[in-house]
Amino acid sequence: MKELDDFRTATRIWLEANCPKSMCQPVKDPFDVYWGGRNAVFHTEDQKVWFEKMLEKRWVVPYWDKKYGGGGLTPEENNILTQEMTRLGCRKPLYSFGISMLGPALLKFATEEQKLHYLPQIVEGKIWWCQGYSEPIAGSDLASLQTKAIDKGDHFEITGSKVWTSYADKADWIFCLVRTDFEASKHTGISFVLIDMATEGVSTRPIKLISGKSPFCETFFDGVKVPKENLIGTLNEGWNIAKFLLTHERQMIGGIGETDVRKEVHQVALENLPINAQGSIADGVLRGQISDFEMDEEIFDLTIQRITDEAKTGNNSGALSSFFKFYGTELNIARQELLMALSGTEALIWEKNNKSDGDLARKFCRSKGNSIEGGTSEIQLNIISKLILGLPTK
Amino acid sequence: MALLITEEQKMLKDAAAEFLAAKAPVSAMRALRDEGYKTFNPNLWEEMIAMGWTALTVPERYGGLDFGFVGLGQILEETGKHLSKSPLLSSVLLGTSALKLSDNDALKAKFFPGVMEGSIQLTLALEEGKHHQINSFETQAVKVGDDYVLNGVKTMVMEGTTASHFVVVSVLASEISLFLVDKKSEGISISESILMDAGTYAEIAFEKVKVSAQNKLNLQQDGKLMLDQLMAIAYSGLASELLGIGQQAFDSTIQYLKERSQFGVVIGSYQALQHRAAILFSELELCKSIVLKALKAIDEKDNNAMRYAHLAKAKLGKTVKQVTNEAIQMHGGIGVTDDANIGFYLKRARVVQQLFGDYHYHLDQLAILKGF
Repeated sequence: MKELDDFRTATRIWLEANCPKSMCQPVKDPFDVYWGGRNAVFHTEDQKVWFEKMLEKRWVVPYWDKKYGGGGLTPEENNILTQEMTRLGCRKPLYSFGISMLGPALLKFATEEQKLHYLPQIVEGKIWWCQGYSEPIAGSDLASLQTKAIDKGDHFEITGSKVWTSYADKADWIFCLVRTDFEASKHTGISFVLIDMATEGVSTRPIKLISGKSPFCETFFDGVKVPKENLIGTLNEGWNIAKFLLTHERQMIGGIGETDVRKEVHQVALENLPINAQGSIADGVLRGQISDFEMDEEIFDLTIQRITDEAKTGNNSGALSSFFKFYGTELNIARQELLMALSGTEALIWEKNNKSDGDLARKFCRSKGNSIEGGTSEIQLNIISKLILGLPTK
Repeated sequence: MALLITEEQKMLKDAAAEFLAAKAPVSAMRALRDEGYKTFNPNLWEEMIAMGWTALTVPERYGGLDFGFVGLGQILEETGKHLSKSPLLSSVLLGTSALKLSDNDALKAKFFPGVMEGSIQLTLALEEGKHHQINSFETQAVKVGDDYVLNGVKTMVMEGTTASHFVVVSVLASEISLFLVDKKSEGISISESILMDAGTYAEIAFEKVKVSAQNKLNLQQDGKLMLDQLMAIAYSGLASELLGIGQQAFDSTIQYLKERSQFGVVIGSYQALQHRAAILFSELELCKSIVLKALKAIDEKDNNAMRYAHLAKAKLGKTVKQVTNEAIQMHGGIGVTDDANIGFYLKRARVVQQLFGDYHYHLDQLAILKGF
């Protein structure tokens, strides 16, 4: 315990001394943070300072092994670092799907040589990774994906298209599910490959959403040559990696690991709605709905805590990530719906004088995607009923 | 602090589960009902006393186990699963807690031994109307000489017919005061109602009932504060029972979905039912967290204990109502027959979610606590 207390003190002192003030402000825009990549751009000098200090401290990915560029922290130490960063409001030094998505998959499925090659590059922010999963005809039924990789001896030739690839237009590399066996049943002919987006035949097109501009893109592969050493894991067994990453993604979307401070809905209500003589929100119906919503929001947070604590003792089911994804996204949708109600006609503004005008309506529209991306709510309910409740398929 | 139960608490829970499954299953509750609405089986209560359940929350300095409310909550959850009838709620959760919160040390020293060995059975006489509230009471206490005189009518008193003593919430000089009143006192008249859970609830009239000053539960301390603390315990304890009711009703329903065939397949293979079941599962996951948090908050003397207690009673009231409604629907025709046990869960859930405030009451209180 003493060592951990010392670690906490040292961490706090170091963060306070080294995290620039502007890097302790809440993230409002995706480019308030550093994304790295071949064409890396620091949007402010402080971003650069913060990233370089953290890199030097080996805290960009503090919990990875040192040989892969991580900090080698124990889970306890990493928890403390996260807590202290949250306390100060420190932004992450690097936003990267390499850290949150690809890294865990490489650690579990890649060869040692691949780990030593790719992981340090992720830590150093040299490569901006994106994810190629869904396809125009393979949404909820992801395993029916059609992008084909034909064996050409020393390389694969890849043809097809991916959709919902976040930041594909900015990313350097893509980790991708492709079909390598066309005879096998749909789950068994899939492989997991890494593709350099600069390869000839790769192109992207941004997708505009009902909320306006988005990071999402379509990505097209037209006879793209990919060296065979870019295969991760076993040929035709990529579905295992896909499932692993989907579980991972669901937990992130469901809110686990989120450090953003949410404004309480009732505070927004008090600022926006008529108040009666008792100091209560005059609209009793809305007041009840807010109380009900905040009940679920607070208890959901407690549930994340409880299930995380249970997982540490070894009592956990991976399928619970479906519960988190389902409940967390539905809660956010309910939150946006309430915020719209609280702000009345002001919530309808789409564009006006300031950059932040239109935030409410756009966030509301964007939240509609929450129960679709990363597996729809219906898919999550299917998983819960089959894997947790043991209800049979017809 | 991890949001988990300890090894010891888990052992208590497992022991309670095993004991209640053997000695107080739903069939025992059905039998009590069929034998003229018997309140509980005295032999079962004797065994609970022998196992130390009446001493569970009593402080060590009075010879109790001081095991805490997380422990008691585990037992109550198990009673909810089996719909086991006993004075655990009335005497252990409510009466004993009132005594525990009291600053009248002489009274505690006098009564705790009897409470633990079972010669004294307590209950709480709180409610006066159709809806739970703890702000104003008609029951009046007046100081006469060295003693007090009580006047008023209390309703919905659990085990009011079998308890030996009542903790009566009253108003003394416009302040809330609690008294421990012997049922044999002169001026007490009791009538009973049977509620939909086949339980007996008493209406108790106090007419010029003399109570010794020694039986005042709040001496120096504020009676209102004491009542608040007692309510945090009551809400959390009832939420624990609701959790057991909800989980068992859900588990039985999932079992039924796997057994019942229609159109040549088990009905659990239909997505319309699967999704509803998965939603109930999710809501019950939330229920587990808030019940444990509320119980822990009491044991840890958390400043937010009252908020967690309101959250627990609100969430459990809402969810267990939903779960038991769905349980009946998914059982289909058999679900609305008296032969099936699932109806007992619906009926008990309705009573427990209404006792000490339903979901609307607690959501309103939460809004007041948060200042909106």
